[in-house]
Amino acid sequence: MIALERRPNTSRFWLYATPLLAVILTVLSGAILFTVLGFDPIEALTAYFISPLRDSYGLGELTIKATPLAIIAIGLAIGFRANVWNIGAEGQLTLGAITGGGLALLFYGAEGPWLPPLMLVGGMLGGAVWAAIPAFLRTRFNANEILVSLMLTYVAGLLLSYLVTGPWKDPMGFGFPRTRMFGEGALLPTLFAGSRMHIGFPIALATVAGAWFLIARSFIGFQIKVVGLTPPAAGYAGFSNKRIIWATLLCSGALAGLAGAIEVSGPIGQLTPSISPGYGFTAIIVAFLGRLHPLGILCAAMLMALSYIGGESAQIELGLPLAVTGVFQGMLLFFLLASDVLVHYRIRLRLTREAV
Amino acid sequence: MDLLAPIMISIIAASTPLLFAAIGELVVEKSGVLNLGVEGMMLGGAVIAFIVSVETGNSTLAVVAGAAMGAVMASLFALLTLGLLANQVATGLALTLFGIGLSALLGQGYVGTPLKALPKLSITGLSDIPILGLVLFGQDVLVYLSFLVTGGVAWFLYRTRGGLILRSVGENPQAAHAIGFPVIRIRLFAVLFGGAMAGLGGAYLSLSYTPMWAEEMSAGRGWIALALVVFATWRPGRVVVGAYLFGGLTLAQLHLQGMGSTAIPSQFLNMVPYIATIVVLVLISRDATRIRMNAPASIGKVFHPDG
Amino acid sequence: MTKLTRRSFSALTLAAGAAAAFPARAADPLKVGFIYVGPVGDFGWSYQHDQGRLAIEQEFGDRVKTSFVESVPEGADAERVITQLARSGHKLIFTTSFGYMEPTLKVAKNFPDVMFEHATGYMRSDNVSTYAARFYEGRYVAGVLAGRLSKTNKVGYIGSIPIPEVIRGINAFTHSARKINPAIEVTPIWVNEWYNPGKEADAAKALIDQGADIILQHTDSPAPVQTAEERGVLCVGQASNMERFGPKSHMTAIVDHWAPYYIARTKAILDGTWASGDVWGGFDSGMVEMSPFNANLPEAVVAEAKAAQQAIHDGKLHPFSGPIKNQAGEITIADGATAPDGDLLGMNWYVEGVNGKVPG
Repeated sequence: MIALERRPNTSRFWLYATPLLAVILTVLSGAILFTVLGFDPIEALTAYFISPLRDSYGLGELTIKATPLAIIAIGLAIGFRANVWNIGAEGQLTLGAITGGGLALLFYGAEGPWLPPLMLVGGMLGGAVWAAIPAFLRTRFNANEILVSLMLTYVAGLLLSYLVTGPWKDPMGFGFPRTRMFGEGALLPTLFAGSRMHIGFPIALATVAGAWFLIARSFIGFQIKVVGLTPPAAGYAGFSNKRIIWATLLCSGALAGLAGAIEVSGPIGQLTPSISPGYGFTAIIVAFLGRLHPLGILCAAMLMALSYIGGESAQIELGLPLAVTGVFQGMLLFFLLASDVLVHYRIRLRLTREAV
Repeated sequence: MDLLAPIMISIIAASTPLLFAAIGELVVEKSGVLNLGVEGMMLGGAVIAFIVSVETGNSTLAVVAGAAMGAVMASLFALLTLGLLANQVATGLALTLFGIGLSALLGQGYVGTPLKALPKLSITGLSDIPILGLVLFGQDVLVYLSFLVTGGVAWFLYRTRGGLILRSVGENPQAAHAIGFPVIRIRLFAVLFGGAMAGLGGAYLSLSYTPMWAEEMSAGRGWIALALVVFATWRPGRVVVGAYLFGGLTLAQLHLQGMGSTAIPSQFLNMVPYIATIVVLVLISRDATRIRMNAPASIGKVFHPDG
Repeated sequence: MTKLTRRSFSALTLAAGAAAAFPARAADPLKVGFIYVGPVGDFGWSYQHDQGRLAIEQEFGDRVKTSFVESVPEGADAERVITQLARSGHKLIFTTSFGYMEPTLKVAKNFPDVMFEHATGYMRSDNVSTYAARFYEGRYVAGVLAGRLSKTNKVGYIGSIPIPEVIRGINAFTHSARKINPAIEVTPIWVNEWYNPGKEADAAKALIDQGADIILQHTDSPAPVQTAEERGVLCVGQASNMERFGPKSHMTAIVDHWAPYYIARTKAILDGTWASGDVWGGFDSGMVEMSPFNANLPEAVVAEAKAAQQAIHDGKLHPFSGPIKNQAGEITIADGATAPDGDLLGMNWYVEGVNGKVPG
């Protein structure tokens, strides 16, 4: 029978080879899927993986889509390393959009170069406050953060809906549920003419670098790792579990809020009832796909973004229904997650269990 | 008073899919596995149950097929997480993405097709009792099944040797393995059961609650079910309380709006079920040691005999 | 008219350029793109737009090629998808949700030779038209049925998101029903979603439990119709003919019928006569239709509803002609006056007879 045998050390070779293997497997089985459904497999795969990357415009769009995913996933990964399960990044993103966007409305007509940074900080605060609720309830009342953060996601969405249909509604907008467009001075600067690529992507890169430093070099990063791996040992070493819960939740909430503020002050430019197409949930996949490592997360965010944009070009170019994209995305993720096993384990063929 | 019975019937309809999905996931989590793919499996169950019902006209077969589809999708999850030791959280989320797409693909030809709802029970005499007659004796068979399953799970987990083994696997898989229990196989059964129950929840949606197929018709109920397991602190009885509390509050806020007298914006009323769930969780979570006793210690962690 | 000439001229040069670039394919079909907010399988809003797309294909055959992108959220993604459609050679693009308004205008600025059609919005430019349907006309006809047929004098109304379009529908319906039966009261329940079959059914149940014997809906799924059928009350379908979900209960449906407009606009591009404009079409445009009235309804009532529909169609009756009172009992639209389109567009107050407060 086939058995998995743990490697003494993680395999450097497979660490880099598995993503490649997964992509090859996805391409092969994707080709079968498309053929079965009556589409030209070469055309379909081109639409998914090549079309979105053909020019600088496409690359710019890729960064726009990947930016919130990467920023949120970085924050979540820090929590996941310490076994703190923040499932509600979507809600923290929404709150960040509300507070960040709220500042743009507050200073409407009085914008200055100071406003976008202030909005980003405001967004981080909003996200952190929303994440502080599960942190408080967990540390004070022992309430599970999975439930609290998830439920607060729905609450945040309804709060946003209330604000844009009620007090913050655009007075000139014929009663439609949205705020006025932010003033020019409240928008994030774009990097190149003719592209929507804005300063959010450099911020995402900086977040990646910062997280790398935090995890690899700082004492708090070390504490997080220890708490996550062996909680009792952390206790002996005098690390406070409560402090780690607070720190990781505030950090992931702030980053999700930052992503929300970037979305509204970047590509959207106003508050509407739907700010995020589920970035907070997709970012959970991104975090694990990137093996909770900052650089891995950056790559995973780009790949997820590509699969979404590729799905759109497949719909446009081939009329491939979105449903197929869902299935294809699922396959890609399954292969990526499954092939990870080769990094830590060797596959051995054994005749029988006893014949080792 | 004549409002009571119909409201209770509405609550039952809103709560039953949550109860199915949550009780299944409870067993999965008790064995130490976290499957976040409930939403995807529900949709898979919903679409297959609907298709089978339309094509064969046999609702029993449809229910079975819905459960089977949930289990098939769960087996994919099991292959990845138990067989290939993939990360459970990410695999579960991927399963949801996959399930949304797959169900939409399968259901393409069935959008806008009507279906007769599952027949309601009618017991002469009992169903005619005022108020409670219809509530207790006038539901469709899946509603009774949901209670039967919950009772069965409670009995299995706490009254049988099998349940003890399952719980010990969830508590400490290394120790269970050392004693000689087949950890992977036990977890596999738990995952398949969870998938079948999510599939049943989906079947209830497309056969009884709103007898139709429409893309993404579960509308987030899989996520609520996941939250309810936590809410229940992994106790089957409390899953019933949670599902009915959530379903009841959803109906209550709609009724409050319907009274027409409230000045509270509807968005805040819509928030009530979510906030109330948090509040109740806080109230029942204060005894930390008891929760730790119920929460499976190894949840979400990959198991491999080599450690 | 000068504008028009200039545009048709640029369209001509463009066609010439394209022909020069691909001499072998001189008769390249016109590419028409669609972007939908929901899945085409929602059997509601997006489904009906897609029916319009299919009608274009059927009408023009090889002369057009259509494509669509479904379930595009109304955030940062919309602008990218619209751009992608424009960049991939689509010369006519329908953006079919209100939330696509700003993205459509932004993209249109970058692609002056591509024509855009934005549904339900109010911002236009040289190459952006807007179009919407006067669904409230259908609501008025439904009000006639309710005014005649409600026995409890209570009507339940399932609202999605409290935007003027929905509020306008509630008002047209209520005003019409109360003209016949002043005792009618309409109670809205807001689910704050366009599409959630279970919740829509729950809302319908709550309304029926509170005594409503007629259910209206401004949400997309047929779940309320099923609920009405099960509970033995009457209802009105939304977006498409939902009679098969409620053979006894479904009185009629207010159908979104985009095909005539989509075909006309596509033809305008093919003929080189497309010009930016704003169409808010009612029964007369064919955009709004009533699905066949249920055969079980009393003939006299159906005749009355049909008469109202015909009168609106012919311009003899305006659903918002005074006197109309607001909830406080004050005359808001005077006797003999009709509400101007601008007021209707931003309507955010209830007429007399609606329970509750306008949200927000």
